[in-house]
Amino acid sequence: MLGTSNRAKRDDRLNDGVNIMTKRTLFEKIWDKHVIHQEEGKPSIIYIDLHLVHEVTSPQAFEGLRLSNRKIRRPDLTFATMDHNVPTKDRFNIKDPISKQQIDTLTQNCEDFGVKLFDLNNLDQGVVHVMGPEIGLTYPGKTIVCGDSHTSTHGAFGALAFGIGTSEVEHVMATQCLQQAKPKTMEVRFNGSRKPGVTAKDLILGVIAKYGTDFATGYVIEYTGEAIRTLTMEERMTVCNMSIEGGARAGLIAPDETTFNYLKGREYAPANYDAAVEDWKELVTDEGATYDVVVDFDVDSLIPQVTWGTSPGMGTDITSSVPFPKDLPTENERKAAEKALEYMDLKPGTPMSEIEIDYVFIGSCTNGRIEDLRAAAEIARGYKVSDRVTAIVVPGSGRVKLQAEKEGLDKVFVEAGFEWREAGCSMCLAMNPDVLQPGQRCASTSNRNFEGRQGRGGRTHLVSPAMAVAAAINGRFTDVRDWNIKSEVLN
Amino acid sequence: MEAFKQLTGIVAPVDRVNVDTDAIIPKQFLKRIERSGFGQFLFFEWRFHENGDVNADFEPNKPRYQGASVLISRANFGCGSSREHAPWAILDYGFKVVIAPSYADIFYNNCFKNGILPIKLSEEQVEDLFQRTAKYDGYKLSVDLENKKLTDEYGLDLAFDLDEHRRQFLLLGLDDIGLTLQHEDEITAYEQQRPAYLG
Repeated sequence: MLGTSNRAKRDDRLNDGVNIMTKRTLFEKIWDKHVIHQEEGKPSIIYIDLHLVHEVTSPQAFEGLRLSNRKIRRPDLTFATMDHNVPTKDRFNIKDPISKQQIDTLTQNCEDFGVKLFDLNNLDQGVVHVMGPEIGLTYPGKTIVCGDSHTSTHGAFGALAFGIGTSEVEHVMATQCLQQAKPKTMEVRFNGSRKPGVTAKDLILGVIAKYGTDFATGYVIEYTGEAIRTLTMEERMTVCNMSIEGGARAGLIAPDETTFNYLKGREYAPANYDAAVEDWKELVTDEGATYDVVVDFDVDSLIPQVTWGTSPGMGTDITSSVPFPKDLPTENERKAAEKALEYMDLKPGTPMSEIEIDYVFIGSCTNGRIEDLRAAAEIARGYKVSDRVTAIVVPGSGRVKLQAEKEGLDKVFVEAGFEWREAGCSMCLAMNPDVLQPGQRCASTSNRNFEGRQGRGGRTHLVSPAMAVAAAINGRFTDVRDWNIKSEVLN
Repeated sequence: MEAFKQLTGIVAPVDRVNVDTDAIIPKQFLKRIERSGFGQFLFFEWRFHENGDVNADFEPNKPRYQGASVLISRANFGCGSSREHAPWAILDYGFKVVIAPSYADIFYNNCFKNGILPIKLSEEQVEDLFQRTAKYDGYKLSVDLENKKLTDEYGLDLAFDLDEHRRQFLLLGLDDIGLTLQHEDEITAYEQQRPAYLG
């Protein structure tokens, strides 16, 4: 495509002229449809179909527009919510004045620039990557950006979705476009099928533990294989969500009947739905198309995962032990593992199932959806949270909360000793009042176990919702495959 | 944006792989609505003890690294969150150049939007710079973006690679929103042929 004139480029896009003969990956099909201008040696200018905005990474962008006297080009393609700072109890009483200012600033900015805002009074307020798909804003073939790295979540629908910085937030506001160098393509192929107790979270934690936190830097991943096809939409979102933890620009899953059924009837899904579905059916990688890199992952042998360190790649099987840094292959990895174990206060050789915890967080854009809460409640039903553990459940959106309450999941959690909270990002990054105290150890369904992520001196272990509940009840990590599920008996 | 052509400055080391943006600027400092003033929070939890005292063991805190404008670190620098507060903090603290073997994509891109030059070198070249930084008190590097060269007073003469468009972008201090808006006719034409259901 390089070097073609603008005129020719547009014609290609209209009838896919030269591309008919070319085998293309899913990523290339979406990319080609969105390039509005390309010159040799320069990044492409691509069109953005959906811009999601939240309170933390937008104020400086709105201010930039004001300073340069620019408007938002397409407020109708721009949607905002507040999630990072929001308290999960007594939510209208934001005690931190700077948090409150950030939330009030978003409200004012959305009013000034004509952007639809899902605020705390709206049922659809929630974690931006939970509420967007839930109301049907996310669908196949779109380009989607947000000033948030977990925008990769939306790739579960076969949309090209990636996180951007605040300068680029301003760029999209002003132009509805971005300048982007074309990323390379990678197929991550899941071979085999999941065994009981192994979740979507374990799939992606397993991949990152095996290949590291930068194996996909510069690439857009497409996840393929039977283990992906059989995932629900919410499980696919969990996988794509953590693409960024492998360094990927974005993660994609080709849309199929699961996708089309999920989206049907959602508020912002296309009105002419059948016509849209016909378009979406084209969004698959052509047989014979090639990726720049292909990576294989064996699902048959995968078991529940727990991280032990301060990087999402520092993870292992629940049946395994804390590793010995001296066994790691490079000097930098050995040093990183030593630092991590010191921070985490863990001794090499300790079985993962002997690590005691103080806190459990269930929620986030990774695992804060209704199916996550159902899976968590299934394990919790009929049990009690350990005396040594504080456990909170934070629904990903107002709508997830409402649905959970309709199903009585809130009662299951409360009876088991969990706190039932309001929607927001909460302890995934602890910008709101939900913060670990120094030295506290948390089993968390979120996506990052960085030093201080959940609070200064806090120690985070990433797990699936089912594993988090089992840990809450036993007070230490527990292989959920051994769990005696009581719900069937009780029902 | 301010243009970047060349500088000579003190080098400060942060000898860790996977330095994430939560470490560069912890979340409690993301609540400000301005772009300025983030330097005081850079590497906050490494720079300061819990009681607020300066952590004298953290390398950039040592007297020999005061006034540094070049930061060297290890692979996958800037991984994690997309927060542009990370490059804002780096710049506001006084760094204009970062050198590492690799960077996370979003952070790398964010640097250029703020006039910071992130240089990629091989693991061996970065290791050599760490050793030089440790060996020579007040070690300085000269960074020449025009010629894509790194030199020091001890005979170092190292070429680095950079995408030509990105180089020009920094050298000229361009406003990329302005550049995109030069293509407004094409944007409008594109919008007119999008499927109706996309809005």
